[in-house]
Amino acid sequence: MSVASHADTPLAATAAHDHADSHEDGSLTILGFWIYLMSDCILFATLFATYAVLHNELFGGPSSRELFSLPEAFAETMLLLFSSVSCGFALLSSLKQKNARVIGWLCLSFLLGASFVAMELHEFTSLVQEGNSWTRSAFLSSFFTLVGTHGLHVSVGLFWMAVLIAQLSIVGITAETFRRLVVFGLFWHFLDLVWIFIFTFVYLMGVA
Amino acid sequence: MGNDDILIESQKEWHGTLKAYGIGFLASFILTACSFLLAASKSLAGLPLVILLVLLAIAQAIVQLRFFLHLGQEAKPRWETLVFGFMVLVVLILALGSFWIMYDLNDRLMSNTPMEQSHD
Repeated sequence: MSVASHADTPLAATAAHDHADSHEDGSLTILGFWIYLMSDCILFATLFATYAVLHNELFGGPSSRELFSLPEAFAETMLLLFSSVSCGFALLSSLKQKNARVIGWLCLSFLLGASFVAMELHEFTSLVQEGNSWTRSAFLSSFFTLVGTHGLHVSVGLFWMAVLIAQLSIVGITAETFRRLVVFGLFWHFLDLVWIFIFTFVYLMGVA
Repeated sequence: MGNDDILIESQKEWHGTLKAYGIGFLASFILTACSFLLAASKSLAGLPLVILLVLLAIAQAIVQLRFFLHLGQEAKPRWETLVFGFMVLVVLILALGSFWIMYDLNDRLMSNTPMEQSHD
C-alpha cells in the first residue's frame, strides 16, 4: 500500500522498494533468531522434565540437600543478572553512538559471565572430586545435563561476545554490528531467563 | 549514506530504554532475593513453598520478558509473540505430560512391588 502511494516516479518506487527490503532483512534476522531461542526453550523444557522425574532417584548417592549451597547459587544468580543488565547498557550506549562505552559495558558483561562459568566449573569439579559425578546416580546425571547445557550456552555466548567486542573495536557501530548486538542481547537475556528456572527448581527446591 | 539510514531505522525499532532496564533489574533483584530468603528461612515447607517459589519464578520471567526481551512490543503482525505462545503450549504439553505419565507409572510400580525388592 505505502509502496504504491510513493511510486510517483520509477526512481522513487525503486528507492522505496530497496528501503523496504533492507528494513525487512533486519527484523527478519531478529525473528529468525527468536524462533531459534523458542526452540531452545523446548530443549531446556525436556531437560527440566527429565530432572523433575529423576531428581529423587539417588541410587544410594547423596541428595540435592547434601550437595547444593544456597550462598553459591545466589552469587551465581547475581553474576548472571548483572552480566545481563550490563549487556543491556551496552545496547543503550550503542543508541548514542558511543562505541568506547559499548565496548566497556560488553567487557564488564564478559567478565561477569566468565566469573559465572568459573564458579559453575568449580562446583562441577568439586562434585566430581568427591565422587559425585554424573555416573553416581540418575539424579546427578540429570543435574549435570541440565545445568551443564546451560553452562555450555553461556560459554558459547562468551565466545560470541569476544568476537563482537573485536568487531566493534575494528569497525565501530554500523547497521551490521548493531544488528548483531541486538541479536546477542536477546541470547544473553534469554540465558538469564533460563537460569531463573534452574535456581528455582534445582537449587531452591533442592535445598529447602 | 544508505547504511546509516538502516542503522537509524533499526535503532528506532529496538525498544530498550534506561527506565525499562532499571525497572527490570530492580524487580528481578527483589524477586530473586525473596525466593532465596524464602527457601533459606525454612518458615514454609512442602507444597506451599513450592507453589510460592514457582509463582516468584514466573513473575521474574514475565518481568525479564517484558523489560529485557521486549516481548509484545514489536510491530504488528506480532510474530514473536505468536511463536512465544506456541513455545509455551509445547512446553506445557511436554512438561505436564512427562510428569503425569512418569508419576502415574511410579505409583503403579510402587503398589505392585515393595521398594526394597525393586532395588535388587
